[in-house]
Amino acid sequence: MVKRVAIVGIGTTGFRPITSDVSFRELIFEAARKAYSDAGIEPSEIGGFITTAEDFLEGYSITDEYCPDQIGAVLKPTQTIPGDFIQGLATGFMMIMTGAFKTVAVEAHSKASNMKNISELLGFALDPAYNRPLRETPHAIAGLEMTRYLFENCITPEHCAKVVVKNKWNAMRNPYAAFGADISEADVLNSEPISLPLRRLDIAPHADGAVVAVLADEDTARALCETPIWIEGLGWCTDTPTLEMREWGEAAYARLSGEMAYRMAGIANPLGTIDFAEICDEYSYKELQHLEALNLCMPGEAAHMLESGATSYQGEIPINISGGALGVGHLFEASGAHKILELVEQLRGEAGARQIPDVNVGLAQVWRGVPTATGAVAILSNM
Amino acid sequence: MGMRKVAIVGAGITKFVRRAQETGKELSWQAARMALDSCDLTLDEVDMVTLGTAPDAFDGVHMKGEYLADGAGAWRKPYMRHFVGGGTGVFSPIHGWFHVASGMADICLVVAEEKMSSCYPHPAGAFLTIFDHTTEQPLKPTLIWIFALEMNRYMQTYGISKADIARVSVKNKRNALDHPSAQVAEEITVEDVLGSETLCWPVNRLDISPASDGAAAIVLASERVARRLTDRPVWIDGVGFSIDTAYWATRDLCYPRYVETAARMAYDMAGIKEPDKEIHVAEPYDPFDYKELHHMEGLMLCPRGEAARLTAEGYTARDGNLPICPSGGALGVGNPIAATGLMKIIEIFLQLRGEAGKRQVPGSPRCGLAQAWGDLMQMGTVVVMRI
Repeated sequence: MVKRVAIVGIGTTGFRPITSDVSFRELIFEAARKAYSDAGIEPSEIGGFITTAEDFLEGYSITDEYCPDQIGAVLKPTQTIPGDFIQGLATGFMMIMTGAFKTVAVEAHSKASNMKNISELLGFALDPAYNRPLRETPHAIAGLEMTRYLFENCITPEHCAKVVVKNKWNAMRNPYAAFGADISEADVLNSEPISLPLRRLDIAPHADGAVVAVLADEDTARALCETPIWIEGLGWCTDTPTLEMREWGEAAYARLSGEMAYRMAGIANPLGTIDFAEICDEYSYKELQHLEALNLCMPGEAAHMLESGATSYQGEIPINISGGALGVGHLFEASGAHKILELVEQLRGEAGARQIPDVNVGLAQVWRGVPTATGAVAILSNM
Repeated sequence: MGMRKVAIVGAGITKFVRRAQETGKELSWQAARMALDSCDLTLDEVDMVTLGTAPDAFDGVHMKGEYLADGAGAWRKPYMRHFVGGGTGVFSPIHGWFHVASGMADICLVVAEEKMSSCYPHPAGAFLTIFDHTTEQPLKPTLIWIFALEMNRYMQTYGISKADIARVSVKNKRNALDHPSAQVAEEITVEDVLGSETLCWPVNRLDISPASDGAAAIVLASERVARRLTDRPVWIDGVGFSIDTAYWATRDLCYPRYVETAARMAYDMAGIKEPDKEIHVAEPYDPFDYKELHHMEGLMLCPRGEAARLTAEGYTARDGNLPICPSGGALGVGNPIAATGLMKIIEIFLQLRGEAGKRQVPGSPRCGLAQAWGDLMQMGTVVVMRI
């Protein structure tokens, strides 16, 4: 029986606001080549492949058609998971745990710059009968959720602005990040209102890029590399897609996927075990909401934790040291991928200027964006 | 191999119809409910849910998997969607198999849904954007256009006539008369097929399965749980899937090598050396009549170019040596893409349990196979099941 699964190679293009010089397939090819070279493996030796993508974002009715060539998956067991990269990672993990596969490659990419009207496109995710006629935009719905979350937890827009300042500052030390900046809280609070209390700088801007990771079972991992990064815990969960039915203040999908991952990893005290985390901050308030849902702080304590500096670069538990979505850019299905990339680089001690000293366990959490209530969590370690 | 055994313990399927009054969520719920009821389970006992559904363009709903989640019973559960084009329905139990065989779940609900009728004026429109935007879309190809190329290539390579191929449509539509979910079951003749409207030569209207709405669901369980739930679990003994290059114009279309690769993977896992002897009943994907023949060859159930002759001899009839599509297949029962694949899995499940009623093939089959195919004539998915 397979006991453990590790990430043995990872590659990325980095993330840019526009990539007019390459097609999405060329982006993926670059990431795949780097990942295979990092793992010291030829694509012909890889047992299975997973692409994570959604049709509408790609502009193809069947996006699965275009997944094999650029990752070396022709005539190989290959599938598309229309979900976040971390859900793809979970599928790859399960494939290896069955014993039928020794190695699996997982791919995710974003080509947001190809999309003419992202807001209108995302509007097609709303229930066609009940919600779409109201012509809500994703940001309008996020603004409503932010209002509810702030109200329930005594959090102010100033707290959320601090998240933006922290993450954009972190991103300046991440060479992959597209939106690093040294800004002030006043800059955030004075930026254009989008759907109050949500302002322009509270929202992660979109970026392009691709990430490929290679997974392997324990024996293969030890043969391939010196520092396999082990997958210790995985969780994924979908709360109701019906906007009218869910608890808006609480991110139940994050709480439940976190609980699943902690259970699998045997973690009873998350804050005492997790050294650092990459948490979904597609909107500034989401970092605080997810921090609480993941039990990395007491309920209602996220703002206090932020202000105390515990989540900063030198804090007790650095959150979004990569710059998060606010600093790196929002990457659609590759959102989880840049978080896993950060975990792997930190746990290998290869994170350069932003390296956190002495880290052994990291957590990545992702949310699939408005209007979904779907999230996933991965816990990785280098021990 | 030391793999955890995985069984199908329950199944449910809605009627396949041209235009369902129910929403996709409701269709998913109906199938999921039937599947759970069939093995006396409730949603509380389901660990994880996985859903298969084909293009979002049919419904015009972005992230259709998210939209269908509560209908499929995924509320506050680990839930994922998988998507391999037309091969999705037979990939559904494979993705479910990952969940259970890996030890992550003991009970996994697998749902497949398709509601094509939302696509107006016709679901074929959803396929206009499956082609490469630079090299193909300017030629304005349609789905039937490329299958006409493939059918013609198959006919020319092996010297097969349209009448040889039409027999598949006649057989499957007749088989479907006994299927309670069937949409287009009827007694027709080869002449009817040849005389029906030519859509894109050599493809006539009756060579093609219809556009359909429908859903299907199965329950997968680990060995320990399966033996507690039923006396007759049907084991998933082999799974295989394979994708060929997106550059379909570079391939010889006379033979589906991706189906062969997928089949070899599944046969290896199931320990099958001689598929034509060891498989007792098969449900290859038949969205077009020639595809059934094409897939029989890719599955190595007969030599290349021989499938049409065997069909004419009655070898593939319900009472033949190797019954093919005893359900009536996509041509007879209907073709709600992802749900069709799972319908085929369910047919094998029922045939192996001896519960297929009037559709039951003689001789107590002990090993069966379902297969689907998708994308740009490039994806093969295969599941081998035993009782």
